[in-house]
Amino acid sequence: MGLRTFIAGWPVYRQLTGTDPLGRGVAAQSGRSAGLTARTETADRVARSVCPYCAVGCGQRVYVSDDRVTQIEGDPDSPISRGRLCPKGSASKSLVTSPLRQTTVRYRRPYSTDWEDLDLDTALDMIADRLLAAREQTWEDVDSEGRPLHRTLGISSLGGATLDNEENYLIKKLFTAMGALQIENQARI
Amino acid sequence: MAEAHPVGFQWVMEAKRRGAKVFHVDPRFTRTSAVADTYLPIRAGTDIALLGGVVRYILDNELDFREYVLAYTNAATIVSEQFADTEDGDGLFSGYDPHTDSYVQTSWQYAGHEQDSGSGHTAKERDGAAGLQHESHGAQVSGQTARDETLQHPRCVYQILRRHFARYTPEMVERVCGIPREKFLELARAWAENSGRERTGALVYSVGWTQHSVGVQYIRTGAIIQLLLGNMGRPGGGILALRGHASIQGSTDIPTLFNLLPGYLPMPHHADHPTFDDWVDSIRHPGQKGFWGNARAYAASLLKAYWGDAATPENDFCYDHLPRMTGDHGTYQQVLNMIDGKIKGYFLLGQNPAVGSAHGRAQRLGMANLDWLVVRDLFMIESATFWKNGPEVATGEIVPQECRTEVFFLPAASHVEKEGTFTQTQRLLQWREKAVEPPGDARSELWFFYHLGRRLREKLAGSAHRRDRALLDLAWDYPTHGPLAEPSAEAVLREINGYDVSTGRPLASFAEAKDDGSTAVGCWIYSGVYADGVNQAARRRSRHEQDWVAAEWGWAWPANRRTLYNRASADPQGRPWSERKKYVWWDPQAGEWTGYDVPDFERTKPPTYRPPQGASGPAALAGDDPFVMQGDGKGWLYAPSGVLDGPLPTHYEPAESPMRNPLYGQQANPTRKVYAHPVNSVNPSPPQEHSAVFPYVFTVSRLTEHHTAGAMSRTVSPLAELQPEMFVEVSPELAAEAGLTHLGWAHLISGRAVIEAKVLVTDRLTPLRVDGRVIHQLWLPYHFGYEGLVTGDSANDLFGITLDPNVLIQESKVGTCDILPGRRPTGPPLRDLVDDYRRRAGIVPGERPPTVTTRVRRPAGRSGDGPREKGADHA
Ligand code: SF4
Repeated sequence: MGLRTFIAGWPVYRQLTGTDPLGRGVAAQSGRSAGLTARTETADRVARSVCPYCAVGCGQRVYVSDDRVTQIEGDPDSPISRGRLCPKGSASKSLVTSPLRQTTVRYRRPYSTDWEDLDLDTALDMIADRLLAAREQTWEDVDSEGRPLHRTLGISSLGGATLDNEENYLIKKLFTAMGALQIENQARI
Repeated sequence: MAEAHPVGFQWVMEAKRRGAKVFHVDPRFTRTSAVADTYLPIRAGTDIALLGGVVRYILDNELDFREYVLAYTNAATIVSEQFADTEDGDGLFSGYDPHTDSYVQTSWQYAGHEQDSGSGHTAKERDGAAGLQHESHGAQVSGQTARDETLQHPRCVYQILRRHFARYTPEMVERVCGIPREKFLELARAWAENSGRERTGALVYSVGWTQHSVGVQYIRTGAIIQLLLGNMGRPGGGILALRGHASIQGSTDIPTLFNLLPGYLPMPHHADHPTFDDWVDSIRHPGQKGFWGNARAYAASLLKAYWGDAATPENDFCYDHLPRMTGDHGTYQQVLNMIDGKIKGYFLLGQNPAVGSAHGRAQRLGMANLDWLVVRDLFMIESATFWKNGPEVATGEIVPQECRTEVFFLPAASHVEKEGTFTQTQRLLQWREKAVEPPGDARSELWFFYHLGRRLREKLAGSAHRRDRALLDLAWDYPTHGPLAEPSAEAVLREINGYDVSTGRPLASFAEAKDDGSTAVGCWIYSGVYADGVNQAARRRSRHEQDWVAAEWGWAWPANRRTLYNRASADPQGRPWSERKKYVWWDPQAGEWTGYDVPDFERTKPPTYRPPQGASGPAALAGDDPFVMQGDGKGWLYAPSGVLDGPLPTHYEPAESPMRNPLYGQQANPTRKVYAHPVNSVNPSPPQEHSAVFPYVFTVSRLTEHHTAGAMSRTVSPLAELQPEMFVEVSPELAAEAGLTHLGWAHLISGRAVIEAKVLVTDRLTPLRVDGRVIHQLWLPYHFGYEGLVTGDSANDLFGITLDPNVLIQESKVGTCDILPGRRPTGPPLRDLVDDYRRRAGIVPGERPPTVTTRVRRPAGRSGDGPREKGADHA
């Protein structure tokens, strides 16, 4: 390494002569950090998304490599958030990749003290059977004056404020067709 | 706002940099207070007194934006001579019916329109949370009204307002709220000065206003101020609700709510809406002005989207397939019904009521008494494990071997594992692209409900039962794709937008909806989001490539309009109020409305248009009626119907308060929803005895680092590390009084529960001098529970269940409690401690607190039952 290269590699020199007078960017960069690439640069693809926490609706860019989420960044194009994310939005990658996430169906029998495994398809079938039974047991066709009721008060549901509009649309449509009236979400709370 | 909506708060800071003055009103000093120009600590539950003070200040000093007020509000409208104010009724309006604790609204109507009262007896509206229907439009009222343009008539709204708020003086604000009068005057002055032709002021609120037994009226008071100051429908103005969940606005618009159908169409009521025509007429109000006049088209098109080919004009579009309401079917009524064994099965879809809803113990006892429970979530939440790990297992109230609830836990897909739209807090829909497939058994709700529906229909195939027709007739064929057979969210969005049934062409707007079965529209207010067959919510033109309104980023309902009622940003003649506040205006050359935003007005209706005699619907709106969804085209300073607890806001004390109401004999909202159920109770408040057993006021809110009931934050290590522990904030004065030490333990007791927390002694809370005494307030985060990486007791366990009458939202921003040093008891002694407090406070489980506490004889409103007194006054 020549003297010139040595001096040019000296951070204070770079800070004084370069484009980074505060010494918080390129001037302070080491050879190692200069050689690193961001996960965002090597991603296979980027999905335009929206933060799942509060209703500000900050834009997110979701970076994916090998079909795994490797980074989630604020979207600088968004007129709402201008690229910013708060601590929760910034933790979104940890949320979706959390080792605590449940990825299999769990089943607790009545009076049991523990969980068991259950096949997803079986679970769906059991739930369908229970819905039909609950409707049958609690169905109300008409009121005392013969006016239509067409409903069951034996089934309840709560949730929707973190779900997509399309999901809520199907939820409401299906429950309404079932005659299930007691459908609620966080907007009541 | 800096704590709970941090990135939204950047715009407040931006405004501050440009000279805006920021006021922060909160019981606790927060990150918002730290950067505000002025911070006003307030006694929790007294905002109407503060805002009422501002109304009085504006009216007394004649600081209202008179031209705007005269033209665009109902200030000049004359009210019925039958109306009697709270001034005469010691806190009650005319028409109060003590048998049902609700109002008959006849006497509140505009003069000459007493029989138009849309609501009549409002007990039924309360049970149906009817106030929610007005999220997109005003209540029923006749279009043609008597007016006094000089505002001198003693019964014009302006004069009624003056008299009603006359007692909300700066001295009274100080006495009720604990805000020194100089600080109050600084706020009132700045607000008024920052409004008018050249300037506008914005009002931002969140659940600190809604979660009260009189929450809707908090917002009404804000609306009165903003209308008086001309801050509605103009850039930089408005009343902005900061909603707390990514798509909670969407779940109100396309409601998973018992009393609504998509687009704020009401769920039919068995007695009021036996036929399709009854139902439609109750929405469109024949004779009324405005866009709800077309409700028949929206209603028919929704049923057409639901029941497809089976829905025809001849069978009223399968109207009889809709379930009917008979009363209150809200989430709290449901929980009590679960405890009483009336409900078989319960679905929880990304929601954790064991921690997030008021009265956590009632929630858990209810869930422990079901046949079955389906929990769909990312994480193993408290509401899935109550039978195993809940606090009631420790106290012996839930014994796993005796708990019959069958629990299915189904893992859900996260926001990056599915595509679809969220509607954020300003009605803006943003489409999310899918990044990866969900892991393992995790599935979207779209997948779950589509395939559940498919399976139900398969099982019922051939059924001859009448009850199964609605399921079998359902239009339920969505295209699926991929290895998991994921239904197409775009296909669902297209149905929400609406389409021409014969050609399949997506509608361009709700104006194209028809009432003859030729269009199907899933949610009429969202019509246009798929205009031209293009997913408008997926638009992402960079903010650098468009103007500040950013109309090409996502899509806002209705019609991609970013500011509602923006006709009001121009004067009655259609000219901008000022160059500086120019937004939407009339272009006489082109003969149309134009501007930066999509005009919220018929594009070619000139400002000079006057409706012909007898017109109704949109045609009845004059060219200077900017509030196009209101029955009279005006902004309502006074609400003749639609708000169940009064045409004007009135300060009532919270359901639990250590204080007698300084303003009226009537202590609390006389129409609040109270559940007399053995599991529920309300701590005594004056004039009842023993309120001193629970001497302190507590309030709860969010931490920046946690999210609601904690399922999405206590499970995420960076967030869990940042806020690892449940704590309670107390002032140094309260710490001294109660013997609490910084970083030591304390436990808090209410009539429902005992919880423990670490003590944080801090100046962020300050004792308030209120009505001659000192009130201590303490603050808790409500995020903690017993599952996740970091755990702690749940603050919501302390609350009982009392609801706002308009929307059935619970009062969970203020309650009373006691606080003691040290940890709480464990096991059965914990319940003994609660029982001991209840005994001392004279709480009888299931007993209602006194509702009417007036000290003078009430005026006999037309429908009241004459003077009478109820509830002795010991104060
Ligand atoms: S990043 Fe923060 S402020 Fe933005 S939407 Fe997410 S939670 Fe809200």
